[in-house]
Amino acid sequence: MLQYILKRLWHTVYVVIGISMISFFFIHLSGDPVLLMLPGDASDQEIEELREQLGFNDPLYVQYVRFASKAIRGDFGESLYYHVPVMELVIERLPASLELAVAAMVFALVLAVPIGIISAVRRGSMLDMGSMLGALLGLSMPHFWLGIMLMLLFSVHLGWLPTSGRGTMAHLIMPAVSLGLSLMAMFARLTRSVMLEVLSLDYIRTARAKGLREEIVISKHALKNALIPLVTVAGMQFGFLIGGTVIIETVFAWPGLGRLVIQAIFSRDYPLVQAIVFVLSLLFVGMNLLVDILYVYLDPQISYSEEK
Amino acid sequence: MNTRATESLGFRQALESLAPRIRLTLETAREVVKRPSALAGGILLLVILMASVSFPVLYHTDPLAQDLLARFTPPVWQSGGVWSHPLGTDNLGRDVLSRLLYGSRVSLLVGFTAVFVAELVGIVLGLISGYYGGKTDSFIMRIADIFMAYPFMLLTISVIAVLGPSILNLILVLGISDWVTYARTIRGSVLSLKRKEFIEASRAIGTHNIIIIIRHILPNVISPLLVLGTLRVANIIIWESGLSYLGMGAPPPMPTWGRMLAEGRVYIGDAWWLVTLPGLAIMFTILSINLLGDGLRDALDPRLINL
Repeated sequence: MLQYILKRLWHTVYVVIGISMISFFFIHLSGDPVLLMLPGDASDQEIEELREQLGFNDPLYVQYVRFASKAIRGDFGESLYYHVPVMELVIERLPASLELAVAAMVFALVLAVPIGIISAVRRGSMLDMGSMLGALLGLSMPHFWLGIMLMLLFSVHLGWLPTSGRGTMAHLIMPAVSLGLSLMAMFARLTRSVMLEVLSLDYIRTARAKGLREEIVISKHALKNALIPLVTVAGMQFGFLIGGTVIIETVFAWPGLGRLVIQAIFSRDYPLVQAIVFVLSLLFVGMNLLVDILYVYLDPQISYSEEK
Repeated sequence: MNTRATESLGFRQALESLAPRIRLTLETAREVVKRPSALAGGILLLVILMASVSFPVLYHTDPLAQDLLARFTPPVWQSGGVWSHPLGTDNLGRDVLSRLLYGSRVSLLVGFTAVFVAELVGIVLGLISGYYGGKTDSFIMRIADIFMAYPFMLLTISVIAVLGPSILNLILVLGISDWVTYARTIRGSVLSLKRKEFIEASRAIGTHNIIIIIRHILPNVISPLLVLGTLRVANIIIWESGLSYLGMGAPPPMPTWGRMLAEGRVYIGDAWWLVTLPGLAIMFTILSINLLGDGLRDALDPRLINL
């Protein structure tokens, strides 16, 4: 177990190094990053000054080492637009994004698991077919469009919920639902198929043969094993949520990192973009690490020695 | 004369060697058609494709032509709607139907070609990784790990932000960010395939590695990728419309579904059709692809039926 975790940690280290490289190099893709950061009518002198100020005259590897050594200390430089340390902005906005992602995940899981179980138990019924059709529709809807549709119904026509901003529960409902719906659809399909598989296994037949009540067979025997793949997928989908927040936050003017990164891109504030991209990826990697460890803990059958 | 005889013989041989594959394709098609949901998906996709291809011929209103006097004309079934703009007009008086049709071309083009790019990169790297193994394999897989660990949306957004929005950039960025799944799938199949006798036999008689890979391994590992690819087209189209919504898709003034939604969002209180119709177009396209993809998966791999 310890060996596995160490191996997994080592894996995380090189992934983080890779991510830091991507986060650093992407602004060099266009050739000259300084031209990206300045408006088109900047004078040669301004260009030269900014280039000197941000150290773009040094060789690339020197710049990368400087970026990485500062990044380890949480220093990503100063925002070109807000003129405050980039990390301050990131820390200020991070809770809003996490709140949204967690709310979406909770919404998806709380509804998907019962729907999946009922569909599996009553396989082939109208309920099953209806919810699976619903799940298919949910998977086919872009979440930002769902957000706009909810807004059209609940804000414009009914006037029940606010269209944008953050603060109360009412503000959270629409962004969380639109971000979480396709996840819910995916989890419901997954729960159903895993439950179907588990319910056909011998130990379930034994449990039924013992005369246990069906509810106990399902909740105590079947569900426990069905949860393992669900936990893994839910963890892996956290990355999807992070990507999704970028658009949903823009739709609902939610003051999180996703909206900030888009604003930063349009105001050519590349140090801020770099920091947000790096921090969100770290969050994603950390989540994956956690899931992998949890996975082994949940299912002792998975031999971590097989991991090569 | 002589050369022509050998040529036609070569052609015949080629056709004969293709025959089992053609038969397999036909059988797959029959399996797909047998499933009503897959058939419905296939027909819907075909209709969307045909509407998109035949657009300027059958319905030739210019998607960019502005008519400020006819701003916010509602769809024809609402009071105030006119037949010259069956689905109404937007804030600049541009025809919604022709913009939707034009947008379908952008989405389908980006969706299918980006998946093609991703499959190409994924297949090549997966074959190399699985067949040669060793250091090459671990190097490629480490890079795959890093790509997997990077939130896809952020990667595409940041790269597009730097390179600038264009259809080509969109295809390349979406394609190159999405190769990992294909590479991993192929690598897995190659690993189990390369220990089979017929591969060892052809290696023993001195066949060049590249020929073994292309002639013996590739045809045997490609079918799962077909299914995967179909389902990924749906995802790519959703991402493309999302990027477009954020202003990072195809450059303006090109009409795309995402841009139509972003522009309509401003007038959400006045013109419901501007935010509803492009979304429905995306949804039905994705739905048709998902239905077809599910059917293909069931047909090609009966073990997965319940998933």
